Amino acid sequence: MEMVPKPRSHAPAKKDRLRAKRKKPRRYWEQESGASPGPPPKKRSSRPARPRSSQVLRRSRISRKAQVPKPERRKPEQTLSGAQDPFPGPAPAPLEVSRKFRRIDKSKPLPSPKSKTRSRLEAAEAEEEEASVRAARSELLLAEQPGFLEGEDGEDTAKILQADIVEAVDIASAAKHFDLNLRQFGPYRLNYSRTGRHLALGGRRGHVAALDWVTKQLMCEINVMEAVRDIQFLHSEALLAVAQNRWLYIYDNQGIELHCVRRCDRVTRLEFLPFHFLLATASETGFLTYLDVSVGKIVAALNARAGRLSVMAQNPYNAVIHLGHSNGTVSLWSPAVKEPLAKILCHRGGIRAVAVDSTGTYMATSGLDHQLKIFDLRGTYQPLSARTLPQGAGHLAFSQRGLLVAGMGDVVSIWKGPGKASPPSLEQPYLTHRLSGHVHGLQFCPFEDVLGVGHSGGITSMLVPGAAEPNFDGLENNPYRSRKQRQEWEVKALLEKVPAELICLDPRALAEVDVISLEQRKKERIERLGYDPDAKATFQPKLKQKGRSSTASLVKRRRKVLDKEHRDKVRQSLEEQEQQQQQQQQQEKTKPPGTRPSALDRFVPQGDPWGINWCLCLLS
Amino acid sequence: MKATKAAKGLLAFSQQEDLVDLPDNFPLSGSEDEGDGDGERKHQKLLEAISSLNGKNRWKIPERSEASLKLSEFNVSSEGSGEKVVLADLLGPVKTSTSLAVVKKQLNRVKSKKTVELPLNKKEVEQINREVAFSKTTQTLSKWDPIVLKNRQAKQLVFPIEKEPSTIAPIEHMFSNWKARTPLEQEVFNLLHKNKQPVTDPLLTPMEKASLKAMSLEEAKLRRAELQRARALQSYYEARARREKKIKSKKYHKIVKKGKSKKALKDFELLRKVDPNAALEELEKIEKARMMERMSLKHQNSGKWAKSKAIMAKYDLEARQAMQEQLAKNKELTQKLQVVQESEEEEVGAEEEEPLVPDVVNEVQMSVDGPNPWMRRSCNSNAKEDEIQADPDPGQPLELVTNELSESEEDAKPMAEEEILLKEFEERRTLRKRSEHNHSAKPVGSQEETDSNSQEVLSELKVLSQKLNKENHQTKKQKKHSTETVCGVQRGEPIPEEEEPLLLQRPKRAQTLEELEELGREECSEHTEFPRPALEDQMERNPQNQPKGKKKKEEQMINLQNLLTTKSPSVRSLAVPTTIEELEDEVERDQRQMIKEAFAGDDVIKEFLKEKRAAVEANKPKDVDLTLPGWGEWGGMGLKPSAKKRRRFLIKAPEGPPRKDKNLPNVIINEKRNIHAAAHQVRVLPYPFTHHQQFERTIQNPIGSTWNTQRAFQKLTTPKVVTKPGHIIKPIRAENVGYRSSSRSDLSVMQSGQKGLSKHHQKKLKKTSVD
Repeated sequence: MEMVPKPRSHAPAKKDRLRAKRKKPRRYWEQESGASPGPPPKKRSSRPARPRSSQVLRRSRISRKAQVPKPERRKPEQTLSGAQDPFPGPAPAPLEVSRKFRRIDKSKPLPSPKSKTRSRLEAAEAEEEEASVRAARSELLLAEQPGFLEGEDGEDTAKILQADIVEAVDIASAAKHFDLNLRQFGPYRLNYSRTGRHLALGGRRGHVAALDWVTKQLMCEINVMEAVRDIQFLHSEALLAVAQNRWLYIYDNQGIELHCVRRCDRVTRLEFLPFHFLLATASETGFLTYLDVSVGKIVAALNARAGRLSVMAQNPYNAVIHLGHSNGTVSLWSPAVKEPLAKILCHRGGIRAVAVDSTGTYMATSGLDHQLKIFDLRGTYQPLSARTLPQGAGHLAFSQRGLLVAGMGDVVSIWKGPGKASPPSLEQPYLTHRLSGHVHGLQFCPFEDVLGVGHSGGITSMLVPGAAEPNFDGLENNPYRSRKQRQEWEVKALLEKVPAELICLDPRALAEVDVISLEQRKKERIERLGYDPDAKATFQPKLKQKGRSSTASLVKRRRKVLDKEHRDKVRQSLEEQEQQQQQQQQQEKTKPPGTRPSALDRFVPQGDPWGINWCLCLLS
Repeated sequence: MKATKAAKGLLAFSQQEDLVDLPDNFPLSGSEDEGDGDGERKHQKLLEAISSLNGKNRWKIPERSEASLKLSEFNVSSEGSGEKVVLADLLGPVKTSTSLAVVKKQLNRVKSKKTVELPLNKKEVEQINREVAFSKTTQTLSKWDPIVLKNRQAKQLVFPIEKEPSTIAPIEHMFSNWKARTPLEQEVFNLLHKNKQPVTDPLLTPMEKASLKAMSLEEAKLRRAELQRARALQSYYEARARREKKIKSKKYHKIVKKGKSKKALKDFELLRKVDPNAALEELEKIEKARMMERMSLKHQNSGKWAKSKAIMAKYDLEARQAMQEQLAKNKELTQKLQVVQESEEEEVGAEEEEPLVPDVVNEVQMSVDGPNPWMRRSCNSNAKEDEIQADPDPGQPLELVTNELSESEEDAKPMAEEEILLKEFEERRTLRKRSEHNHSAKPVGSQEETDSNSQEVLSELKVLSQKLNKENHQTKKQKKHSTETVCGVQRGEPIPEEEEPLLLQRPKRAQTLEELEELGREECSEHTEFPRPALEDQMERNPQNQPKGKKKKEEQMINLQNLLTTKSPSVRSLAVPTTIEELEDEVERDQRQMIKEAFAGDDVIKEFLKEKRAAVEANKPKDVDLTLPGWGEWGGMGLKPSAKKRRRFLIKAPEGPPRKDKNLPNVIINEKRNIHAAAHQVRVLPYPFTHHQQFERTIQNPIGSTWNTQRAFQKLTTPKVVTKPGHIIKPIRAENVGYRSSSRSDLSVMQSGQKGLSKHHQKKLKKTSVD
């Protein structure tokens, strides 16, 4: 009985009845068309029959429209053969990943562009989007996945010994852990080439060697018969810079002395800026010297005016050199500027070591006050975290994936952060290792999970899982490149050499318009022309007829427009004021109760630009 | 003869349609005009020769045939008077002759026609021609505009431009336009259509599709049977309805109606139990129906039927009964529906059972919301009664209050109002206590629960609400309280513990609205445990003793503390790698370090500050002092220009932009511009951009292969123009761009343009003619 339709209580209107009469019971095969019972559409019946094929096509099109009003992906067209594209449309773009590759910050408001400009902007944005999507899609090709050691529930990874790791890993990786027992020639400095394939080591007592550390093939081994302070590969493994007691020497991979750079004397530390082909040397005399190794010229010799320089690090992001000084400051240098770009007071005591991570975001410093601090380099230069080490760290280094190693006496400990873009958390060390001598040099090997430690007992290569970038760029740093490839790369790199004067704190600033000179030019142009060509023309009333263009009416009209503009201005400013007030009120409202205004606030000085009070208080 | 000849000549001219010069053409000399034959001329000559033989007229001036002042186009000299010959004069003699009627007619026609206007002079004609030519060429050229625009906007142009290669589209894409043309094709398609074979999609014929869609036999049979049954039932039902509709018995209908109403009631009852919301709706419907019935005054004893029955009632028992029935019905209708009221009460009860907010608040809302305050009051009184009954109920409501803390906080304002009321009742503290005892009548277990749950704030709120409740109906129910206190005293122990401190606090607690708010804030702070600097607390404690400057300094000190001796995790907790063997030199170094540390600290900071100040000073724009000593006052050794003067001649430098390290005490950032890098920056805004930020946005995306995938790099660096080596680059042609087919449209455009132009020229012509 439930299926039976209820008869209407009052008589339906005539039309309704008619319709009801005409209505047929629904049949099961009328699923599509019979969904809405009613009079059959007249149009269809009256329309003359069309050729079948076209009708079919038309219907299908309509149905598609009805289903998807805005088809994002084109529906595959029916082919005569019946074959269909199983993956129609463009390949899906991973949105989340592509966001990583976005370069244009759309959140910044732009002054409203005109239509022509807008089209250009839109084109640029579309290009950027496409490029980012492509980059995101090609991330699929990065086959290697990074990973870390993970202790079984509650196990401290710091207690895992190298021997355990070596036991656990495969033979090829196990071979990367080795010790070179070189007690004779004193504490060693070491340096990996940019590809991570070659290792150069220099002992204090003159021992210089270069080897392909993966195959353990020795390239050269010499004794320079002089104290070796530091050693550094130049752009490729074929050239080797050695800071010796007096001068700076450059050897090739056969151990043949190529140059003796006498303008760099008593060098203590070496850093090579690979994209600028600059060798930065810090000397005992307090000079920071930049040597362009592609042309053999000294680009800049900067006097740091801070005494002996023995702590140096480079920022791989912007090629700025960080120098640590004995007064607890770290100064940032560029060859283009004679003064430091910035000076940061980091420690109470002198700085012992500085390291900057590969993204240029974090700087780790350790000082004589036994503290290890991590600073944010993105404009604020504030310490993010700090901890006191029992002995203080004498050497620091960052790995490609942001692991921080500190050498303290004969112990190295490694910290890791929770993610790649986060600073290492100094709470718990990730790994620790004891060496047979005091640490003298530290470097993570690029593209290998290996940490090289130079110490008084020789060289130790230890395994640090998750330290290095698992995927290398074959065109940039190919560990497996042949000699020919290396030569080709060398030429390309030389062609792409970045001028030294482009080094600045924010390299993206180079992609900005030089506003100061732009304005200067504009001013000059206005001066030259006698008027501002870009200025908005003042209102000129139109000529009207029938005496409506009398002087009085002209003045009146002009006044009218002027007044209107003025009113608009005033209104705008008022609105702005109101908004500000509202914001202030909101701020006041949202202020936590702990910071409610007290009657004493009026005595608080408005600004204290140099921290005079702070200083006064220090003095007292 | 002459006249006829002239007429003939005229005719000829009229055919030539050159009538402008007609009047001038007429003074024709007969000798000239006569071209009849040589004979006459010879004869004339002969006569002349003869007459010349006569000596008198030998030197007759020969007729001039050169250009004269008034020379007509046809080399006709109008000698003599120079008067114009009028057509009428010429026609005078013709009038009589009838043979020339045709000529006359024609002449008349000529006369009726207007004279043709003078042709424009050469200059104007040329100008017009130029204009027309210009417009024509612009027309023809403008058809290239879109192409030019397209090429300008094109991302890449490849030369030589080729016709776009026609992409080979699969036949089915072209199918909708395709028609069978050749007889063979037609035959094939006829066959296909006849057999209903698919033309486009060969996968399935309609038959096949249908068969695919079809069900199995059994299923179909079942379905069919079902449908048959349904149809039969429907027909039965319809037949019955028809039959019933025809019944005229009133009794029958009455019974039916009654039955229906009963059924409806029953249904409603059922529905009320199952789905109260739907029941409410149903109720509304019933109510409406009742109202309609009432309005209709059907049962008022005033209808026709009722009157007749009233007459009959004296004698007829049945009629009397019917009347009574109607009266009863009337009574029933005029009364309020009992059922409805019950349900309402129930609703109220339900509300009272779970008061999320203190009742007092509810009450206020009610009074505000209710459409009819008089009615509401009675409701309230009801509610209060209910509430009082519900009061000794379990502590559920209070627990709910704990959950809805925020809500009750929102209601702080009404509460505050009631707080004032509360003050009046302060003297009755004893009574209040009793009320609390009254509340303690709850089961002990639940009480404990609330204790555990409730926080201080909560309990406060509770107390408040309870009190207010009490106040509202204390006067009424004092007796009840008194009775309950007796039992309350016995187990009143646990509650006072909790609430007494609050009660003690009462006198000094907030009494104005503001204070109450503050209180709320404090509570908030307690809740969130907002970290309050200890220093500030101290400051608050003895605010008057310390000068403000010092306070600031102390804050700075804290800053410094943060900066240089940051929260260092305890050394002990450090997972020290292993035992650290202290070597001798290590010990030495350590000692040295210790010494250095001891001296380092303050010195470093002071120096740094000094340095920073110096840097700031050096970077500041300097004021210009133009005072000249000795002018307007005494000058000399040891004398300084007066302060007033100095002030007057001091040009203050404009304030520069704020330093980047203004708020970073531990940093000095160099403000100097890197001119070497600036040399590499863009200094001129390219054309369409009006603001440098717009341009910057377009160059933010790197295009190098280092930062892009290969494809993206290629796309980003495609050259604007590509020329294929070894090809002749010919000038663009219309066919290449696909203009061949549209030649007609071009023509039409031209024509329309011409029309416009010709109008313009007509105007011009008119003007000239007027002139």
